[in-house]
Amino acid sequence: MRVPVSWLKEYTDLPEGTTAQDLAARLIALGLEVETVDAVGADISGPIAVGRVLEIEELTGFKKPIRYCRVDVGRANGTGEPQHIVCGARNFGEGDLVVTALPGAELPGGFAISARKTYGKVSEGMICSASELELWEDHTGIIVLPAGSAEPGDDAYGLLGLREDVLDIAVTPDRGYALSVRGVAREAATAYGTAFRDPAEVEPAGTRGGGYPASVADPAVCSRYVLHGVTGFDPEAPTPLWMKRRLALTGVRSVSLAVDVTNYVMMELGQPLHAWDRAALQGPIEVRLARSGEKLETLDHVTRALDPDDILITDESGPINLAGVMGGLSTEIGLSSTDVLVEAAQFAETHIARASRRHQLSSESSRRFERGVDSAVQPAAATRAVRLLAELGGGTVDPHYTDIAGGAAAGPRPIAIAGDHPDRVAGVDYGRERVIAALEQVGCTVEQGDAQTLRVTPPTWRPDLTDPNDLAEEVVRIEGYDTIPSIPPRAPAGRGLTPSQRLRRSIGRRLAATGFAEVLSYPFMGERDLDGLQIEGDDPRRDALRLANPLSEDEPLLRTTLLPGLLKTLVRNVGRGFSDVALYEIGLVYRPRPGAPDHAPMLPVDRGPSPQEQETLARALPDQPRRVGAVLAGDREPATWQRRGSPANWADAIETAREAARSANAELIVRSAQHAPWHPGRCAALYVRVDGEERLAGHAGELHPRTVAAYGLPQRTAAVEIDLDVVEAAGEPVRAPLVSGYPVALQDVALVVEDGVSAAEVEDALRAGAGELLEDVRLFDVYTGEQLGAGRRSLAYALRFRAPDRTLAAEEIAAARDSAVAAAAERTGAVLRG
Amino acid sequence: MSAPNNSFDPVEVTPLHPDEVARMRDEALTAIAGAATLEELKEVRLAHAGDRSPLALANREIGALPPSARADAGKRVGGARREVGEALKQRQAELEEERDARVLVEEAVDVTLPTGRLPQGGRHPVTTVAERMTDIFVGMGFEVAEGPEVEAEWYNFDALNFLPDHPARTMQDTFFVESPAGGASGLVLRTHTSPVQVRALLQRDLPVYVVAPGKTFRTDELDATHTPVFHQLEGLVVDEGITMAHLRGAIDAFVENMFGSGLNTRFRPSYFPFTEPSAEVDMECFVCRGASVGNPAQPCRTCSSEGWIEIGGCGVVNPRVLTAAGVDTDRYSGWAFGLGVERTLMFARGVEDMRDMVEGDVRFTSAFGMEF
Ligand SMILES: [Zn+2]
Repeated sequence: MRVPVSWLKEYTDLPEGTTAQDLAARLIALGLEVETVDAVGADISGPIAVGRVLEIEELTGFKKPIRYCRVDVGRANGTGEPQHIVCGARNFGEGDLVVTALPGAELPGGFAISARKTYGKVSEGMICSASELELWEDHTGIIVLPAGSAEPGDDAYGLLGLREDVLDIAVTPDRGYALSVRGVAREAATAYGTAFRDPAEVEPAGTRGGGYPASVADPAVCSRYVLHGVTGFDPEAPTPLWMKRRLALTGVRSVSLAVDVTNYVMMELGQPLHAWDRAALQGPIEVRLARSGEKLETLDHVTRALDPDDILITDESGPINLAGVMGGLSTEIGLSSTDVLVEAAQFAETHIARASRRHQLSSESSRRFERGVDSAVQPAAATRAVRLLAELGGGTVDPHYTDIAGGAAAGPRPIAIAGDHPDRVAGVDYGRERVIAALEQVGCTVEQGDAQTLRVTPPTWRPDLTDPNDLAEEVVRIEGYDTIPSIPPRAPAGRGLTPSQRLRRSIGRRLAATGFAEVLSYPFMGERDLDGLQIEGDDPRRDALRLANPLSEDEPLLRTTLLPGLLKTLVRNVGRGFSDVALYEIGLVYRPRPGAPDHAPMLPVDRGPSPQEQETLARALPDQPRRVGAVLAGDREPATWQRRGSPANWADAIETAREAARSANAELIVRSAQHAPWHPGRCAALYVRVDGEERLAGHAGELHPRTVAAYGLPQRTAAVEIDLDVVEAAGEPVRAPLVSGYPVALQDVALVVEDGVSAAEVEDALRAGAGELLEDVRLFDVYTGEQLGAGRRSLAYALRFRAPDRTLAAEEIAAARDSAVAAAAERTGAVLRG
Repeated sequence: MSAPNNSFDPVEVTPLHPDEVARMRDEALTAIAGAATLEELKEVRLAHAGDRSPLALANREIGALPPSARADAGKRVGGARREVGEALKQRQAELEEERDARVLVEEAVDVTLPTGRLPQGGRHPVTTVAERMTDIFVGMGFEVAEGPEVEAEWYNFDALNFLPDHPARTMQDTFFVESPAGGASGLVLRTHTSPVQVRALLQRDLPVYVVAPGKTFRTDELDATHTPVFHQLEGLVVDEGITMAHLRGAIDAFVENMFGSGLNTRFRPSYFPFTEPSAEVDMECFVCRGASVGNPAQPCRTCSSEGWIEIGGCGVVNPRVLTAAGVDTDRYSGWAFGLGVERTLMFARGVEDMRDMVEGDVRFTSAFGMEF
């Protein structure tokens, strides 16, 4: 809502010297979000005055007709002599009053006026149009002031309101009343403690009843309906300049006097109005809900199929208005409308809100109805409108008007609150007297009930006040939010972070410490991302939730894997010149739950949901497991002066998973696997043991070359993705190890195995066979070569043996080693290399 | 040991003559002093202290002396050998020290060579600043509550007193999830962390003191000041006798912990469906502390010379929310706040473009290291 300060001042006398900035600050403190104070016209300066055109000389011989005018500008030029001005506009004649910018003036855009030679004459200034002064948009010519409205030499600043401070207020949904100058002025009066003159306090122009025939079929959707007419109106009467100017300052375009008046009164009082050409109406008006199949062509020339939820204004011809949202074309007021009928109504907020959304029509009118209008202002608004119409456009106000009242939801309902409720909400000791005073200040009627209770009836313009806490807020803001003291919270002893919350932090630190940079990518993806990952049609990762309104049509899905975001971020970094990149992300993926209902149930809000109801809601939500993903490309250890670079490979990806698992103190079981998007020969499935059962935690390895190509990744990019919830479940609390001080016995064994036997299997066998004396096994060499023959490799292990209670004897050591080798031989066919 | 030779002929043995012993000793000492290297010293040792050195040979002659002369000669030769031994030891130490010093000099390296092996990693500053914000409240005894990112409309809107056709519901530009059949699913990407309020109240015993950091979503296009995916820290307290004063106390404690002491905070009336009364919270600019206001000579980028920085919204939990969460509103009341994580990071660390926090450029993330 844009509020010209001069308009606001009509309704309250602000203290002398009050600046717009001060006014804004006070309104902000009261809860109006004043976003900016626009100093409109601040860039206009110098002599700008009213002139009377004395004589026009038409200049010829130029591409367009040009006028050389002698203009009486009174004493505005200091001499009293007529001013000679060249002008290209033609919409004026001798004797007309115009607006002249004299040498020394400056117009918007740094346009300095000086006497200058043009079209063979010296032009001592400029005759101004509304656009040149940025008064309002108008390209029809210069401003011609009404005869007798000013004298030559009169200062134009005050006359036209060239300079105006305008408050731009973002009105929150609860403060519909602030969508009017009346509402904002009332707050200003409260802020300064000045008297408020309510523009809605007007005597009705006529008697109630006997106006245009109308009926309301459903009072639940229209609780007040007022119609008032003017006859003998001059449809060509111009809108006065002051009204045009005010409308322009509030952001409303001038259309015609009849339409401008309805808009003006809406800005003034916050009550949307509609004006019809009465001659176009056929028979009595009925307000009712639409019937299915009905249609209406609205003012924007769109024929709309109506919904049974739409409120309609109808006459015998059928629908004529989509109530509260937009008028119909057939009854539009036009240049020949001499009889005007004005409507002021109160429509049900929710119906207007739905209609506005359904028809995608958000208008100044619907914005106000959605938020709720003053339930008592309709007669005053209609009166203001018909009086202005008659005053400015001639004609006679109807002696009778129609006023249908009495919808159930019409007026404010009283609220019972404890007298100290605001005190208990704010933590301030206001006391009953100040509470009552504050409530009365905002327009409430307060009846003292018993010693504890107050019965508070909100004013008609505050439909948002329905609950005790609404009243508490009124008291707190009137008393000032700055009076609330600061008392530290007194929470009971908390239990700190949960193990799962600690684990996430721990993994993050671990990965960052090993050279990974964290990314927080958007969780959106498209089919193409999945295609690039080589994910088949029946893969559950294809089963993704879809957004109804994605930001990009390329990414309408919610991610089922972290990899697309990580890979795209990797590509971006590589594109920026970083060849060695390691990235990780910890975040949710979204997996629709099999058997979930099509629509999440809507639970009541007037009580807490039962556990069963919560469960039905939970079933409608997708699974949202937390994942850790990481990608690596280029060198894992970049080349330095000391050593050659070590390229990131599949092993680094698996090691990253191990790092994450170590944070959880979970042991990863690694098996070779084939799983998109990984290289089929370089992919590990990662398992953990939870309650004795193996569970798949994720995959790691080198990416498939086709994925590398599809995403434009560096060759051999490696990736890992594991489910953090699964890994966490596998975590065990650390048990203190037995630290033996007896000497270690080292034994190396080299075992020859057939290809296809995995190192993990051999190691498992060695561990099992070696028994309790084994402290550690480490693979230190892998060898293939002619000596072994094709299809074989040699794995060399260092075994460490140690006893907790003695120095091991040579025989014990040999026996343990032999047992380990025997187990490997039995399980994997390994042969001790001689 | 043989019996003393009492029948020894008292003949003078030349090598044991005092002058001769002194000469041998001096010769040895001169040679030791003249040894310039450990190798030379080794030869000197062999020549003057070895088994076949003159002093060693002289020592062997002592046995041939008459018993009366033996003690004297023994003392003389022994003394000389000790002196030589001492000198050798000392010279050995000197030469070793010289050698060590030389070797250490030769082994010197340029310690300013780069030492890194792994690339520089880092945690995302949005993660770490959210943790820091969280920890401030955990330190006060709060626990950390969580909720899903794909959320039911009931939690995201209805239970928070966003009525179905109220304009407030459409003000939050919501991502709607389609049902598999194609229509409305009743699911959204949560537009704020506030649904966690309702979940916390349903899942926990009262009183509840929780914060909930998390990802939130609105249909804003990414630009310098907007991102469709951002993070909030929700705070919720529901207990007996809770007032706005406790809310202010919590906000003040947060500001002090995060930005330093002595910074004023300001509440401005505002509107959120789930709090009533509601407020926007500003804190005094921690950079200029208001000195930039109306002072063009000293502009402040952090607060745009306004003196105040908006840090979030808050208010008294609307009793309607408590009712929807099954809380007895006669007994309990509460407050809630929502703080912007990206905003906090932007002004705390001078991040000027939202896109830097979104794009995942390693330069940006690594600069912030491991902790905020
Ligand atoms: Zn500042």
